[in-house]
Amino acid sequence: MQTLHELPQTQTIRLTLNGQSIEREVQARTHLVDFLRDGAELKGSHLGCEHGVCGACTVQLDGQIVRGCLVLAVQADGRSVNTVEGLSDNGALAQLQAAFIKRNALQCGFCTSGMLLAAHELVEQRPHSSREDVREWISGNYCRCTGYQAIVDAICDVLAERMKAGQGAKP
Amino acid sequence: MKAPAFSYLRPRQLREVLTLLAEHGDEARLMAGGQTLLATLNMRLSEPALLIDMQAVNELKGISLNGNALCIGAMVTHTEIENSALVAQHAPLLTAAAPHIAHRAIRNLGTFGGSIAYGDPAAEWPACLLALGGVIVARSLRGERRIAADDFFTGLYTTDLAPDEVITACEIPASPALARFSFSELARRHGDYAVVGLAATCKATNNTLADVRLAWIGVGSTPMRSVKTEQALDGQQLTMQSLTHAVDVLRSEIAPIPDLTHSEAAKKQLAGVLLKRALLSWMPASVTPTAPSAQKELA
Repeated sequence: MQTLHELPQTQTIRLTLNGQSIEREVQARTHLVDFLRDGAELKGSHLGCEHGVCGACTVQLDGQIVRGCLVLAVQADGRSVNTVEGLSDNGALAQLQAAFIKRNALQCGFCTSGMLLAAHELVEQRPHSSREDVREWISGNYCRCTGYQAIVDAICDVLAERMKAGQGAKP
Repeated sequence: MKAPAFSYLRPRQLREVLTLLAEHGDEARLMAGGQTLLATLNMRLSEPALLIDMQAVNELKGISLNGNALCIGAMVTHTEIENSALVAQHAPLLTAAAPHIAHRAIRNLGTFGGSIAYGDPAAEWPACLLALGGVIVARSLRGERRIAADDFFTGLYTTDLAPDEVITACEIPASPALARFSFSELARRHGDYAVVGLAATCKATNNTLADVRLAWIGVGSTPMRSVKTEQALDGQQLTMQSLTHAVDVLRSEIAPIPDLTHSEAAKKQLAGVLLKRALLSWMPASVTPTAPSAQKELA
């Protein structure tokens, strides 16, 4: 058994980031958002409170939203991470992004990437959500500009559009 | 802030976890879902030399029914419980409580075992486990130990776990016929810590209550039951009179710890409101008052 001071404080991780396999050396203490922003040069995920309250750092880990500040980069080893960049490029967020623009659901934009990722999991997994459900769902994402009304409007628009198009029933 | 430097290991076997913990003791910290621990590391409230991540230990995952007990692996996430048909059937109290835990992005990683081990008096799972009369299964290199939830939470963020023990699972008696449950909490914003919350269970036969268990969130320094109030209800017909009496007993029994926004008196008042709501939800329509004045009184 190694003693603690012999254990390395950096590790090599391999993960699928926005569909591409990458390999990087990271410090164990580095959380996922710092790794994404500084190690992978993806600045779309934002760092707000850094203790899991504000939701600005929301990213997908193995297809589920997580707080990027409450996951270590080393924990993503062998797993798949998607950020707002990847989910914009592959079109997954296109409908939500169009609705956010139409409803003016962003001002400074700091919360927007986290809002989009949270909203994406809602419209995919809870297609029958009510306006109240939407409010509860995004209660973990702070917006200091809009007062939330326009964001809730935009998400409800997408839910309604998808129901109308028959996409809402997707498992 | 950023976490201080530490080493990180991700063993695949429970035995490795136990060995590492026995070897490094206080210098090591176990990580389940990390949703509390990583925040405390970021704020440098905790500075372990070694983090032992249990996410790869498959022995700690999964929900199963073993005879009459619902067995929830320590690494089962809040979202898995929220979505589980087995839990909805055999421990519906947990299904009702899950959406109150933080937010989806946190529920996707946070774990049942982590929440129990942390023993936060303001958290949902410890109170639910108390209300359901659950058992905590703990392992160390010395062997396995089973601890009743009633004996587990010993002080503020303090449990009966020994330093070398790991929670492997929690067992919950599957909800029997005649069982009732109620979960409710009051929070300033959905997903925030509750000001006061109540996880309640009982058995009801012809509107007579038995085995009432009232477990409170955000009232004491541990998740705690109000035993005198339970006794005031056990064996009683559930009527407006017995309800009012129980609320009176509760408000003289508990001495809630005030928080930043709510005094002891406010919490006492709110706890009474939650008890009323729980008992009303168990009351047959024939006993429930319909007069507007009575409804207002109960609001």
